[in-house]
Amino acid sequence: MDTKNALSVEEIIQKHSNEKGTLIPILQEIQESFGYISKDAIETISRLTNYAESDIYGVATFYSQFKLEEPGLHNIKICQGTACHVNGADTVKDVIFEELKLIDYGTTDDKKFTVEHVACLGCCSLAPVMMIDGVVYGKLTPDKIRKILKSF
Amino acid sequence: MGKYKITVGMGSCGIAAGAKPVYDKLNKLILEKNHPEITLEETGCVGMCYKEPLVEVIDTETGQKTLYGGVTPEKVEKIFTEHIENNSVIRDWVVKSSKKDGSEENLFDKQYRIVLSRTGIINPESIQDYLNSNGYEALKKVMNSMSQTDVIEEIKKSGLRGRGGAGFPTGLKWEFANKAKGDKKYMVCNADEGDPGAFMDRSVLEGDPHSVIEGMVIGAYAIGANEGFIYCRAEYPLAIKRLNIAIEQAEKEGYLGNNILGTDFSFHLSIKQGAGAFVCGEETALIASIEGKRGMPRIRPPFPAQSGIWGKPTNINNVETLANIAWIIRNGADKFASLGTEKSKGTKVFSLSGKVKRTGLIEVPMGITLREIIFDIAGGIKEDKKFKAVQVGGPSGGCIPESLLDTPVDYDSLSATGAIMGSGGMVVMDEDTCMVSVAKYFLNFTQNESCGKCTFCRVGTKRMYETLDRITEGKGVPEDLDKLEELAYMTKESSLCGLGQTAPNPVLTTLKYFRDEYKAHIIDKKCPAKECKALIKYEIDPDKCKSCSICARNCPVNAISGEKGIPYVIDQSACIKCGNCLRVCPFGAVEVK
Repeated sequence: MDTKNALSVEEIIQKHSNEKGTLIPILQEIQESFGYISKDAIETISRLTNYAESDIYGVATFYSQFKLEEPGLHNIKICQGTACHVNGADTVKDVIFEELKLIDYGTTDDKKFTVEHVACLGCCSLAPVMMIDGVVYGKLTPDKIRKILKSF
Repeated sequence: MGKYKITVGMGSCGIAAGAKPVYDKLNKLILEKNHPEITLEETGCVGMCYKEPLVEVIDTETGQKTLYGGVTPEKVEKIFTEHIENNSVIRDWVVKSSKKDGSEENLFDKQYRIVLSRTGIINPESIQDYLNSNGYEALKKVMNSMSQTDVIEEIKKSGLRGRGGAGFPTGLKWEFANKAKGDKKYMVCNADEGDPGAFMDRSVLEGDPHSVIEGMVIGAYAIGANEGFIYCRAEYPLAIKRLNIAIEQAEKEGYLGNNILGTDFSFHLSIKQGAGAFVCGEETALIASIEGKRGMPRIRPPFPAQSGIWGKPTNINNVETLANIAWIIRNGADKFASLGTEKSKGTKVFSLSGKVKRTGLIEVPMGITLREIIFDIAGGIKEDKKFKAVQVGGPSGGCIPESLLDTPVDYDSLSATGAIMGSGGMVVMDEDTCMVSVAKYFLNFTQNESCGKCTFCRVGTKRMYETLDRITEGKGVPEDLDKLEELAYMTKESSLCGLGQTAPNPVLTTLKYFRDEYKAHIIDKKCPAKECKALIKYEIDPDKCKSCSICARNCPVNAISGEKGIPYVIDQSACIKCGNCLRVCPFGAVEVK
């Protein structure tokens, strides 16, 4: 999340002002820049476009990509695809939770990691897999996971 | 020393398997050893995912190709000194070569590649590579000599059916969109590949993006659209990057944009990123999503061909469908129709994963049997365990048992088993996979992804999931099976879109073919595959235990006790069944019962 050169919420909305059906791209860009969609951002979008706040909230909560709370520094996505499921995705989850002292999906107390699950990363032949900050790690074992987590 | 071109497979899974350090090492060696005559390029996925990272050495003078598998930066050094500098092939690492002496040659024996003909061979970021392999020739042919009707008739004659799942004839779809009245029409590529276990669309977009664009331009011409979208999942960042590069190149070369190839036909293409909702693979939900709304399906008719994006006629095709178009135009409908079965023409790409020896992407003529795919092409089950089932068609599909392995792979035969062709995900399961747990897994997926519009899909899938969860917890009752079936049929009949209509398929097929396994959970309170934690226990065999204490030290809840000379024991009331002891025991003394 590099916020230094990022556009402000207003600028992002302005950029899309001449297009149709722009709510999702606007939300995607805001999330890209700020890491999540804040309450303020929703108010700003509503003020500058024709969308009601409830509509924006409706769209933001419909799609799993959008987050309404500030995420941790690193994003971990545990793949729950079919191939990962039969190759031990549950163990991957257990090890990550154990290492990061999490009880459920979410952000660690030190705000270093946010752990979420994803339906499928499409790297089924390397199952089980996870993605950290956009990079896919495959053929995971408990030891390999611990090593990877320690490298962050 | 000969002239060499080296390619490294850099699809998402190649990169995940470690292709980047391999590429960097090659690059470093070329610079260090001063070999400017060697070209190093990235390519997409050849489908041999189980042998990633893959490096191909091509002798550009003799045309000799050698594909090395399982390459590491250390192996690169040896390939460089022996093969590149001394022209001596390292036979043990060769998986495929033009001399046909690689270890994996028979992977390709039963394949026929149309959609995957270029992936893993060309550089996906080079339009020149695409042009050198007949790229955009079909578009030229269409623009020079074919009317809209000619194109539609040719596609109709080929028998091509939609590869996204339902198998609707593509030519007919184009005809509807062509005949629809409207001042503006849209051509859309559905690249919202959401089925867990399917990754062919990703590989095509990452490995041969121009083939999809060419198919789209031809389709847009046929239906009379001048604007189009590729709706691609945001989870596929590399596919989006390569598509953007390809669109820019195609515009520059006149294959896309205004006045395509000097004609008065114009077509503008852009990418819309999905935001993570499985239901958006459904046409009307996808349209809602492109319009910036919640992706919820609506009643059809009107069909998208009449009223789609912003109420305008819209045609939506899947990635793999579009990647077939240029080949059909170039080689003729008859040649395409000569492949496959009476009602399912051409080839189909399948992604093989799960418990098979060879995982990856294959493309086979329709009509091949499941047995040929799993045992001849994929090499059978890992560790030579026993085959139990193959899950075909993702969350909408079903689990097919061993007794039906000779089923030919075509739309109609697969539907007859209770599964569907779907997008072509094939997940193979062995004796260690619990079928109740598999059904539960899929229902958990669909109840999560249901958009909530139809009651039976919203609540029915949730109740089915809860029932299955209870069964895997050992709390099932015999009436559960009839209730599951009843609920499954009601959900099928009372849902608006494909998601709800097919969501019960995993439950129905496992109930049909693996009822005994359900009964074992409910009546005997046993999980035959030893997967359901509530129904298994870990025990230490005192005869095998050497009292080394490794298990006790690795137990996260201190449930294991013992001392030197006395076999260790697991306290069942404290055990959380994490399986750590089983994994760490060097003597195989821990057993699952």
